[in-house]
Order: sequence, then structure tokens, then C-alpha cells
Amino acid sequence: MNWIQLLVNVVGVGMMVWIVWYFWLYRKEGVKISETGGVQEVVIKVKGGYDPDVIVVKKDKPVKLHFNRQESALCSEMVIFDKIDKSANLPEGETVTIEFTPGESGEIPFQCQMGMLKGKIIVQ
Amino acid sequence: MEKDSEYSSATEVPSLQVDLPLVGMDCVSCATNIEQYVADVSGVESVHVNYALGNAQVIYDPQQTDLQAIIQAIKSSGYEVGKAQLRVHIEGLHCHSCVTFIEETLRRVPGVLQATVTAGTETATIQYVPDQVDFAGVKTAIESTGYKSIHRIEEAESSDQEAMAHQQEYQRLMRKFWFATGISIPILLVLYPELPWLYLPNLFIKNVSEGLIRLLFGLAGLATLPVMVYSGRQFFAGAWSAFKHHSSDMNTLITLGTSAAWVYSTIAVLLPQIFPDGTAVPFYDVATVVIALVVLGQALEVRAKGQTSQAIKKLIGLQAKTARVERDGQEVEIPVEEVESGDIIIVRPGEKVPVDGVIVQGKSSLDESMITGESLPVDKNVDDEVIGATVNTTGSFKFRATKVGKDTALAQIVKMVQDAMGSKAPIARLVDVVSGYFVPIVMLISILTFLVWFNFGPSPSLAFAVVTAVTVLIIACPCAIGMAVPLSLVAGVGKGAEHGVLIRNGEALQTASQLNIVVLDKTGTITKGKPELTDIVPASGFETGALLHYAASADRASEHPLAQAIVEGARDRDINTIEPLEFNAIPGYGVDAMVGNKRVFVGNLKLMQREQVDTNQIDAHVERLQSEGKTAMYVAVDGQGAGVVAVADTIKEDSIEAIRVMQEMGLEVIMLTGDNERTAQAIARQVGLNNVMAEVLPEDKARKVHQLTTGGKKVGMVGDGINDAPALVEADVGFAIGTGTDVAIEAADITLMSGSLKGVAYAIEVSKATMKNAKQSLMGAFIYNTLGIPIAAGVLFPFFGLLLSPLLAGAAMAASSVTVVTNANRLRFFKAKSFSQDARAKNVEVNA
Repeated sequence: MNWIQLLVNVVGVGMMVWIVWYFWLYRKEGVKISETGGVQEVVIKVKGGYDPDVIVVKKDKPVKLHFNRQESALCSEMVIFDKIDKSANLPEGETVTIEFTPGESGEIPFQCQMGMLKGKIIVQ
Repeated sequence: MEKDSEYSSATEVPSLQVDLPLVGMDCVSCATNIEQYVADVSGVESVHVNYALGNAQVIYDPQQTDLQAIIQAIKSSGYEVGKAQLRVHIEGLHCHSCVTFIEETLRRVPGVLQATVTAGTETATIQYVPDQVDFAGVKTAIESTGYKSIHRIEEAESSDQEAMAHQQEYQRLMRKFWFATGISIPILLVLYPELPWLYLPNLFIKNVSEGLIRLLFGLAGLATLPVMVYSGRQFFAGAWSAFKHHSSDMNTLITLGTSAAWVYSTIAVLLPQIFPDGTAVPFYDVATVVIALVVLGQALEVRAKGQTSQAIKKLIGLQAKTARVERDGQEVEIPVEEVESGDIIIVRPGEKVPVDGVIVQGKSSLDESMITGESLPVDKNVDDEVIGATVNTTGSFKFRATKVGKDTALAQIVKMVQDAMGSKAPIARLVDVVSGYFVPIVMLISILTFLVWFNFGPSPSLAFAVVTAVTVLIIACPCAIGMAVPLSLVAGVGKGAEHGVLIRNGEALQTASQLNIVVLDKTGTITKGKPELTDIVPASGFETGALLHYAASADRASEHPLAQAIVEGARDRDINTIEPLEFNAIPGYGVDAMVGNKRVFVGNLKLMQREQVDTNQIDAHVERLQSEGKTAMYVAVDGQGAGVVAVADTIKEDSIEAIRVMQEMGLEVIMLTGDNERTAQAIARQVGLNNVMAEVLPEDKARKVHQLTTGGKKVGMVGDGINDAPALVEADVGFAIGTGTDVAIEAADITLMSGSLKGVAYAIEVSKATMKNAKQSLMGAFIYNTLGIPIAAGVLFPFFGLLLSPLLAGAAMAASSVTVVTNANRLRFFKAKSFSQDARAKNVEVNA
């Protein structure tokens, strides 16, 4: 094995380790949203993902999530909050609001219909 | 002039404050950036960007600047303002000069970003900041210009919009496809001049120098760029956005595959000397052909997906557009959105009922098939409920609107169906776990494939390694796995709605497909829930007609339900009755009245004994009728036993068939009732049931259902949504028999709009078909990936010398996702055993 082969193998294995770390092990800090008039509001951009995708809210206070889809890919046409039985169609370029009041602390995941795009609400 | 509306009077409002939602703000430092840009706009007095809230609070002087300028400033700082759109219809808008005037007025409303008025269609399209302004605000502003008749263009049109958006998306994708195809052909010619199947003269490339070939390769490489930029842009953009979120999807795979091919090819063309012998071969075709194929796949998907959700579009399309309303004694036709609760609405033959209400005058029969799935028209009289979107047949009537807008049965159905389509079947949750890991795993396999070929593969190993790694990336189809269940669910829930079966969510649908036991409440579910005259048995010397005439006439004055049943029975049989004299109701016995000049008793044995009527001749009949579960009443005329009339809660016409269908499906059907054993058994015999739980107190019904569920079997409970609510909740799947306009029955997992039990059979059948369809797609996608990826990686090569071309992989990947959508669409043609004819589908065509 010459040095080029060795290098290729090392780089290859290194990329595999990096993929595991980047896509699975990486833990993102949530975005905390503050409240005005008792309502916790945030605008979420939908474009190849949810932005922000990890949102920290307080329990027992109403939450308003304004989804704004800026792409036409069918994948993200619908957002689903399975845990709280809510879903919405997101027409391109429009803002669609999902409202709920989290009753208990924990995580409320949300995703597109196919589960390729994911996000979560962390209730504290 | 009216132009000076309240919004523009600067003297009253020296400065305005708006909260603009910001989109795409992902760092705290951007906040300062935006603030600087906005503050630079002259007329802006203060600006505060709240990063956490994702909005900008701006105070500005409306005389110096406007929202447009502020939004423009935000845009130039690189961010977008979240906005919503609203369309209103302005009646009587004809003059083009008013257009600008209305537009200006609208733009002056705080929160309105853009307003476009079209005289031709009499519409205004308004983009606005949600929470800043709403329809009412827009309406007031337009009214201030002198136009009074304004209404919002809603759902029905928005479904057209959606269809149009889908159509546009399809056309856009097709353009991208043709572009990519057009460029792919010359690239293929240049790269594979030796391929015999091309049948094209490769004269110009014969006997040419190495240098010219390199030049042609280089040109091919340049030609791929516009394809990647134009046709493939969405893959790259999508992949990048996903990457930023530490996530990955189909776009990631396509991007990696095509760009790896492109980069390798380009290096091979520019620096052939750094490659081992025979490996400096470009394969630009992979980039263009794969993009072409995947884009084609997406286009076909868009088209097919539009059909999957056709059921809901049909439902929305059922809404009437206008209503004929009585206002100030005048008949006026108004848009249906403006009908208010309490309005008196006139419906002529052949017209649609615009909203829900109660008939106040006239009668008719209505075709309710589009809502309930019931194919026969239903007779309606004064005080009967009518449902919006149903079609009046021959009569005319007036009704008082009780539910309008979002409260109508139709609106609730649409909402419920939409919610259900957006819910998850438990099986889909499992899939989600898989798809979350899928793409990174494919990337890992791809690298592993590369390394294995690179280290152990035959010469030229580098070329093999690159091609196989790229093929693995391209053949993997996460979409097929992810789409399988949701698409089938959308088709299945829609199919149910077409037949008046409203399935609340994916979980209800999945559980309904697994039911082992169906418990039916008797009264009101199997039976009509209302006593009816069933038997008239005259004693010798009397005729049937005469007997009924006496009994019904005597009962005319009584309000007892049994008496009413006899009176109605006489009316149905065209037996005339007369007003009784000296009427006397004897509680616990029956009635005593003079019919003409005859003294008539109708009642039980105790009454006959008290009046010393000889009943020997008819006692046997009474006993027989009672053993059939009926309530038998003696009739005596002038002290003589004249015969027996019997009433019973009769079964619904189609209960027998529905129960048979359920039994044929292998379901254990059980009847649950509070009635006595004898009555219960009598009904059970008629409908072909062996399992009966009789004399169950209402409060014990839920407990009985619970007992059944503990045996590990899945139990469905069918009953009305009120009395049986606890039992419905206790069951694995609660089916509520809906009546009229009550749609959202809380306790129910599945609501049956028609009273028919056939709906239960249909719901179970459609659930089974949907789950089967979803599993087919899922299995197909799973097998495809588990076979396709290893083959692409070249596992067959050592044994058969077989390697997959990346082009074929692209075609396979596109085909697999189209197959999933097509399979889900097959559900649209689903025919159930429980509905012999597709009544509703037929009606929709008529109404379309």
C-alpha cells in the first residue's frame, strides 16, 4: 500500500466518522423564544428544513408557530405535530400559524409528511 | 373626498407602529444588521429587532415613508418578511380608474404590504402581515372607497389555486426535464461514440487526435453546467439547506452523486496524467441524465399526487357559491360567505342547499348522497334539518340558516378529512425512525463501497470505485419509503369521506383494519330507534283495515310513542282515521275512546280484564308477537275482542346486509342492548346474530366493551355519539352514527354520516384496503432499497461480472418513487362489498 492509497483510506474512514458525528451525534442548542402579551411566538422558515428547528418554550403558555414555506418541493408541503394531533398545509410563500398550549414539559417533535425534515419543541 | 380614510389622516396618527415577522434570521448578529438597514430609511423613528421572537418592531412616520420601503430595507439586509395573502371579491368594480384608488387606500392600511386590484375579475389580492390586519380591516378600507359588497374568496377557490400551483410546478419540472434531456443527448454522443445502439454516424469523431477528444470532453463538461444550475438547482439548494440543519434527504444523495461524478470527470479531463492508466475517463452523462430522470420522476409525482387528494377537492367543490336569502321581504342572491345564522333561505328545485339549517316552510326530498353516502333521496318536512351542499330535487322550501361558514357540516367534514390526512398511522411512526437514519447510512455505504473497490477491486480500480460509489448514492430512494404510508392514508381517508365515512386519524384507520370484534348497540344502530306498527291481527269477524281504523282513531289523541306509531302506521297504509270522542288515557293500561258510535279500548291485558273483554281468541297471537320481541296491544270494539296490533322498533333496511358483510370479513359481531333478553334475541335472529349481550345498563356498556378489549382482541364499538360515548371511548375504535349536521363527535374515531350500518362495514373495508396498499408500497420500497443498494455497490460483480450503470440507477430511483404514488392512486378505484354502487362518485359527476 503506497502513501496515496493510505491517504485515500484514512480520508474515507475519516469522512465516515464525520458523517456519523455530523448527522447523528451532533446536538443542537434550541432557540429560546420570549413572549409578548403572554404568547410565545416564532417564525419558522421552511426551506430544506425548519429554521429554527429546535425551539424552547415554557409550558402552560400559548405558543404560536408561524410557518413560512419558501420552496416548492412537495416534501415540505405539510407539517405534522403527531404528538399533539396537529397538522397544516403550507402553501408556498404564505405564513401558516399553528397554535397550542403545551401542558407538560418534554419534547414535541414536528416534521414533514415523509419525516425527512424534522424539528422539535422543547417544553420547559 | 372619501379617500382620506382613517388610515391616512396623519394628524390623528403621527407615527405608526408595526410588528413585522422576519424569516430566515438565524443569528443574533443579524438582528443588528437588520436594525441598521431599517434605521437608515428616512421616516423610521425607531426599530427594534427581537431575535428570539423573530420580529422587528418599527415605529415610523407614515407621511415620510411606508411599509414597502421598510420591507425593502429588510430585504436588502438579506431577510424576508413573513406574510400572508388574502383575496377579496369587490362586486361592481368596473372602472379602471378606481383600481389605483383602492390599491392606494389598501396600501395605507397598517400591515398591508401589497395590494393588487383587478377590475376584470373584480378581485383584490392583498399581501399582509398576519396579526397586523385581517379581513375585517381590509373590508373597512375598501368600503371607505365606496364599494359595499365585499366578500372573501375562500376555500373553494383556494383549492383551484392549489391545483393551479401543482400544474405550474409540473410544467416547471417538465421544462427542466426537457432542458436536461436536450443537453444529455449530445453529451452521450460525445462520451459513448462507440455505442452501437445509438445508430448514429460517429464519423466526425473517428480517427481524431487525443487532443480533440479531450477538447470535446471538456465541452461536454461545460454543457453539463447549465443543466446542473437550471434543472438541478433545487437538489443542490435543498441539500444545502438540509445540511445546514444537520439533516439529509434525497437532495443530499442526488447532489453528492451528481457532483462527485462531475468533479471526477472534470479532474480526469484537465489532469489525466494524475490518474492511473485507463481511469481518466469522464462520465458527465451521469450528472445530466440522472438530473433529467429524477426531475421527470418528480414531475410525474406532482401530477399523481394531485389526484391522490382529489377526494378533498371534490368535497370543497361541493360548497354552493351563492344563496337566495330573504332580506326585508325581498329575495336577494348573495355570496354564501355572507349568509348569517338566522337568515331565511329559499331553495328552488334542482338548487343546492347553501348552508345548514331547519326547514320553516314547504317540503321536498333532498339528495344527501354527497354528504352521507346514502344514495336514495331523503324526504324533508317543516322542522327537519337540511345540510349544506346537498341538492334539492323537486319541491321548493324555505329554511332558517342555523350553521354557516366554518360551522357547517361540510366545512367540518373538510376540516376533519384534512386533519386525518395530516395525521400519522402508527406504522408510519416506525418508518420515520428508519428514514431518519436512512440517508446517512447510504452515505456511509457509498464511502465503504468506494474504499472496497479502491483497495480490492480490479483495475482500473479508481474508476470502478467512483462509479459504484456514485451509483449507490443515486439508486437509494428514501422518498419511496417515506411517502408510502402518508400517500395511502390520504387516498384511503378521502375514499371514506366519499361514502360518508369520516375517519379521524391514521391511528383509527390502522386499528379499524385490525378489528376482530364489532359490538353494535341495538337501539338506533341496528334498529331505527323508533317504534313502528308491524302487525295487525284481526279476530274473526273483523277486517284488518277496520281494526286499524278503530285502533288508530282511538289513539289519535294520545301522545304516547306507541300510540303515535299506530297512528303513523295507519297513515302509511292509507287507512283513514277520525277524531275520537270522550278520549281517556289510562296510565299503565291504555286508552279508552269513542270512535264514531263505537266504544274502543286499546291497551294491555290488564285493560281487557278490567273491562271484562273476552280475549281467548286472540291471546295466542299476543303471546306469539311478544315472543318476537314486539309490543302487542289488544283492541276491543264495543266490549268485543277485535284483534291485536303490534309495534316494534324495526331494524334498518340495510342492517342485515351490513352485518352479513362484516361476518363474511371474519369479524365477530356482537349486539349490546339494555333491552330484555326476549326482545334482544328477536332482533338478533332477524339480523342473523348469535352473540347478544342483553339487559346491560347504560352505565355498564363501557365496562362490557372494556372486558372484550382485555382479551387481546381489537374491539370496535358502534353506537350513537351521546349515550354510548363512554363505550365508544373504551373501544379500540369507536364508530358514531351521526345524524344530520353533527359531524365532530368527540368520542368517535370514525363518524358515519349516514345512519346506515353499511358505513361500519365500509370503514373497515376501506381501512383494510388502505393498510394493505400502504404495506405494499412500504414493502416494495424496502425491497427495492435493500436489493438495489447492494447491487449498485457491486456485490454481484465477483459472481456474475454485473455492475449497474449509474444511469440505470437514476431511472430506477425515479421509477420507484413514481410507483409508490401510482400505487396509492389505485385506492381511488377501490370498490367495497358493502356498497354495491358508488352512489356518491356518481353524484359528484352530476354536480360537477
